[in-house]
Amino acid sequence: MEALISLIIGVLTACGVYLSLRGRTFPVVLGLTLLSYAANLFLLVMGRLVIGTPPIIVDGTNGYTDPLPQALVLTAIVISFAMTAFVIVLALKTYKELGNDHVDGIHKP
Amino acid sequence: MMTHLIIFPVLLPLAAGIILLLLRQRNQLLERGLSIISIVTQIFLAFQILSAVSHGDILVYALGDWSAPYGIILVADRLAAWMLLITALLSLFAMFYAIPITEQAGRHFHVLFQLQLFGLNGAFLTGDLFNLFVFFEILLIASYSLLLHGGGRLRTKAGLHFVVINLVGSTLFLFAVGILYGTLGTLNMADLAIKLAHLPAEDVALVQVAGLLLFSVFALKAALVPLHLWLPSAYAHTSAPIAALFAIMTKVGAYSILRIYTLIFGAEAGLSAHLIEGWLLPLALITLLVGMLGVVASTHLRQQIAFLVVASVGTLLTAFGLNTQASIAAGLFYLPHSTFATAAFFLLANSIAIRRAEWEDRLDVGPVIPHARLLGGLFFVAAMLLAGLPPLSGFIGKFMILHASLAHSALPWVMSVVLITSLLSLIALARTGSLLFYRAQPPNPLSNTASITTIYQELLPIISLLSLCMILVIWGGTITQFLHFTAEQLLQPSRYIEAVLLTGRN
Repeated sequence: MEALISLIIGVLTACGVYLSLRGRTFPVVLGLTLLSYAANLFLLVMGRLVIGTPPIIVDGTNGYTDPLPQALVLTAIVISFAMTAFVIVLALKTYKELGNDHVDGIHKP
Repeated sequence: MMTHLIIFPVLLPLAAGIILLLLRQRNQLLERGLSIISIVTQIFLAFQILSAVSHGDILVYALGDWSAPYGIILVADRLAAWMLLITALLSLFAMFYAIPITEQAGRHFHVLFQLQLFGLNGAFLTGDLFNLFVFFEILLIASYSLLLHGGGRLRTKAGLHFVVINLVGSTLFLFAVGILYGTLGTLNMADLAIKLAHLPAEDVALVQVAGLLLFSVFALKAALVPLHLWLPSAYAHTSAPIAALFAIMTKVGAYSILRIYTLIFGAEAGLSAHLIEGWLLPLALITLLVGMLGVVASTHLRQQIAFLVVASVGTLLTAFGLNTQASIAAGLFYLPHSTFATAAFFLLANSIAIRRAEWEDRLDVGPVIPHARLLGGLFFVAAMLLAGLPPLSGFIGKFMILHASLAHSALPWVMSVVLITSLLSLIALARTGSLLFYRAQPPNPLSNTASITTIYQELLPIISLLSLCMILVIWGGTITQFLHFTAEQLLQPSRYIEAVLLTGRN
């Protein structure tokens, strides 16, 4: 499972980097979203992958799930959500003001 | 009251921002009054905190009374108090300038301004790495909106670049935080420092990756070469008071570099000690050089000042990169000087540009502007400050940095780069000044600049910011002494760590 998760994070990051280097705003926004997904998943995994153990230690259990990364990742998700919303609105605004959706405002056919 | 003192600089702008949002611009006078009262109170609070920590105490505030390292804490030491004071003073004068001009350009100006201060104050006070990330995001999202305030083609384009690059920066920050938590199991800065000193050798490489990732994030915020490319267009195209307020934004990056790499990756970090020592100084010197070449090559006044900001970051981080007590003190003296001087210059550039009709701030022979003597005199003072000519604070700051570098092995590099760039800035600013004021043509009777007659409202914040630089010189002895103690405190992180981890235990 560790290998699968790391593979997913790697693919998400690679796609995110590729897309955010594109010339048009829509792929860039998509790339940023994928990057933030990768970061959130990475943050979650940093509490180690544990199945079936409680987050709060009680008698009679061995091992626990670290609840802190889950709290961190919630905060990070909310923040990246807000940022994505902002950047979408900004991308629309740039499209309206510059007349095209190129990040530098220059349309290259 | 005293125990809760250090939460107020965070709560006050947040509360003021929320109240201002609820007012919905029903009453302009009330809105302005509230905004200014909030900032003035923040100055007062900053002075209170400064006097409380000036004897070397470190104030720790455990939010919700959850003691460190489990809860989030706010920490006020000399450095944090110093940064709070600089931010509050700068924001007051930026606000004074904004009130007659920029405020009308869009809605929620005051709300965003207060939230920006909320983020800044929080970033300076927090003692938790994830919390630092959160405050970074708060100040960034406020800054995105402030940067775009008023709109316009070029501003929107520069804003998009600024937002995208900072979002990538935030992602890197999260990765770094994740690695640190995954290997060290904590995010409290003081606790991180302790855990790092006892790190098993096989994890060291991983933590160093996280440390360098963090460095690249802070370098991005501080506009260190090669991550400086977003700054000139963003600062040159936003409105003047916002550009002036943003003079502190690059310093947040510099502050974070200083904090993290003295506290966590400092001398006592075991195998990861002095992690960025080999990177910071060369990059800072290159930044200084690149910034100053940008100043020489600029075609517009605001662009020129934006490059001066890049160059000042270079000088500041050169001082931090030398990493001795004297050089850090020198850097901390240079920090408010460069902040106030560039802020005043941005405001002045706007006052000049709106009087030059269609020439705006283009560095070209234009018409004689009204109040040319007054504005020219202020331009002269600001240029002298930024070029570092005696007897003003720029000279003292640079002199202290050069003096601190005397014993350092990189002395020839530091000396030559700092002195050559000072000469370059002198040449560039002299050329700008003569273009704007001496070689100006008589005004074209058709151009309509007569509508702008009131100038004294604009002059007050500019003169105040320039006089703050004078105050740095006049009380230079006291301030320098305080900053030496600040640097001493930074280089002994054990006192910070003790203060944080012992809170709530007794």
